[in-house]
Amino acid sequence: MAGLHKSEFENQVVNWIDTRMPIFTMMQKEYGSFPTPKNFNYFWNFGALAMISLAIMIATGIFLAMNYTAHTSLAFDSVERIMRDVNYGWLLRYIHANGASMFFIVVYIHIFRALYYGSYKAPRELLFMLGVVILLLMMATAFMGYVLPWGQMSYWGATVITNLFSAIPFVGEGIVTWLWGGFSVDNPTLNRFYSLHYLMPFMITGVVFLHIVALHITGSNNPLGIDVKTPQDTLPFHPYYTAKDSIGICVYLLVFAGLVFFAPNFLNHPDNYIPANPLVTPAHIVPEWYFLPYYAILRSVPDKLGGVILMFSSIAVLFVLPWLDTSPVRSSRFRPIYKQLILLLVVSFLVLGYVGGQPPEGIYVVLGRVATAYWFLHFLVLLPILGKLEKPLPLPESIARPVVRRPPPGGGGGPLPQGATAKPMEKS
Amino acid sequence: MSDTATVRQAITTVGAADPSKRDFLKLLTGSAVVIGVGAIVWPFIDSMSPAKDVLALSSIEVDLAPVQEGQAITVVWRGKPVFVRNRTADEIKTAEGVALNQLIDPQSDADRVKAGKEKWLVVIGICTHLGCVPLGNKVSDPRGDFGGWFCPCHGSQYDTSGRVRHGPAPSNLGLPPYAFAGDTKIKIG
Repeated sequence: MAGLHKSEFENQVVNWIDTRMPIFTMMQKEYGSFPTPKNFNYFWNFGALAMISLAIMIATGIFLAMNYTAHTSLAFDSVERIMRDVNYGWLLRYIHANGASMFFIVVYIHIFRALYYGSYKAPRELLFMLGVVILLLMMATAFMGYVLPWGQMSYWGATVITNLFSAIPFVGEGIVTWLWGGFSVDNPTLNRFYSLHYLMPFMITGVVFLHIVALHITGSNNPLGIDVKTPQDTLPFHPYYTAKDSIGICVYLLVFAGLVFFAPNFLNHPDNYIPANPLVTPAHIVPEWYFLPYYAILRSVPDKLGGVILMFSSIAVLFVLPWLDTSPVRSSRFRPIYKQLILLLVVSFLVLGYVGGQPPEGIYVVLGRVATAYWFLHFLVLLPILGKLEKPLPLPESIARPVVRRPPPGGGGGPLPQGATAKPMEKS
Repeated sequence: MSDTATVRQAITTVGAADPSKRDFLKLLTGSAVVIGVGAIVWPFIDSMSPAKDVLALSSIEVDLAPVQEGQAITVVWRGKPVFVRNRTADEIKTAEGVALNQLIDPQSDADRVKAGKEKWLVVIGICTHLGCVPLGNKVSDPRGDFGGWFCPCHGSQYDTSGRVRHGPAPSNLGLPPYAFAGDTKIKIG
């Protein structure tokens, strides 16, 4: 249906634009008055933090690209030039490099939130799956970005990861040659990685948009995991959650600045300050910290193809998670057994991360295998049967109920008058 | 209004009278679209394959005279390291003496060297697991339990014939195409 929008904005200019293209009305609806569950805890900050991270990465990346040269003989030196000669180049690069780590920390906590509070369950399955797509795109982007400085870890990381595809029967070698554009990781590889590294953040932005569209259809989950029933259960997004998110952003920036200014290379690897040498493999290759758990899974299987399959499955399993978990209760607060298992899953993820950074021998192999086994056991065996065995705790009537019923601090103590809770508020 | 209705009526009649004709047209249109899209996409995909200049740089000559018995050198072919090893009589004997059923990727030593030139072993110096360069060319390098090469990345071990003896690598070190051009010179590629 074509037709002008009837705008309610009083500012004449805003009204004129809004009548012809109602983006102000849309922003007001989706980010102003948007009804949001009123019981969010700080775990619900991490979506906004991830968005901030993406913006910071794109902004610093665009300016770094102005001084970077994607050629095997110049890349390493151009990065050193950024560090030494370009005004504030060091700052841009350290923000970008540590920003990748911050982005992954934030997204991992965001995913943990989704797992702990059952945010992946109906009707938010598609929302969750879009999130997994974003994670995969982030991993590809981060991997290709790490190759660009063309240090030893860049080069050998690229070699090892692209060689994963050689495990595919019959066509694997051909695919790897095609990915490289040659017979080893070389200049054509560096050029295409640069091109794709620049492209993918914008693909992520696109999927983030879809993620938010889906979120604003289903509405947010909340720590109780129960559906919003009345307007009393919600608050308008602005100013309540813009304010709460701002506090999270301050803490986030504090940690970020701490890394950038006091430990800029803490999460980096010293070998990446040695220029790439195709003839010498560093004694101990490790990927960036955020890939270590998957690397540990890869190495815990003695078979090449098996390791690659298991590594990719460890993330792919998240796509079917909404159907593997058979319990109708979302929040761990009311799932006494799941609450323990999800913490075990976190422990197994951390153990894998630790093992991935250690040499593949002795006790580390055993630890890696146990943690890998738990990862798959959790999703493929425990979750499907737990929904049938576990007896969930009684769910609260509504989000408003336990909050409103709590006695006010310092006075009263008795229950509130009936009218305070029983009458639904007349609100949007 | 009535015109549209007539056309719609006509379409329905044709569809109802001869459904196979419409199916055929759909299939034909569909195939033309698939072929057309494929023809447009292929140049993009193939532009990522090795370019002509990359393919052109694929043959080198190596002088073997300076390589003493027991020594190995690394040369670069197609951007990859190639190991050329002058094997000792002992190493050749060990390599030839291994029973094939003990091997992960069974291949006799005779199939991996040129007849009459058994002391020269020429292999691609890339671990067949995930592409690291195995150690073992320098005297000070670890050579693993089988006297050949040891990959520092994930612990694969190769014997004096470049055959994999301990995982996770699935196959033997690759053999580049090469030929002897005289007694002490080879051409790789």
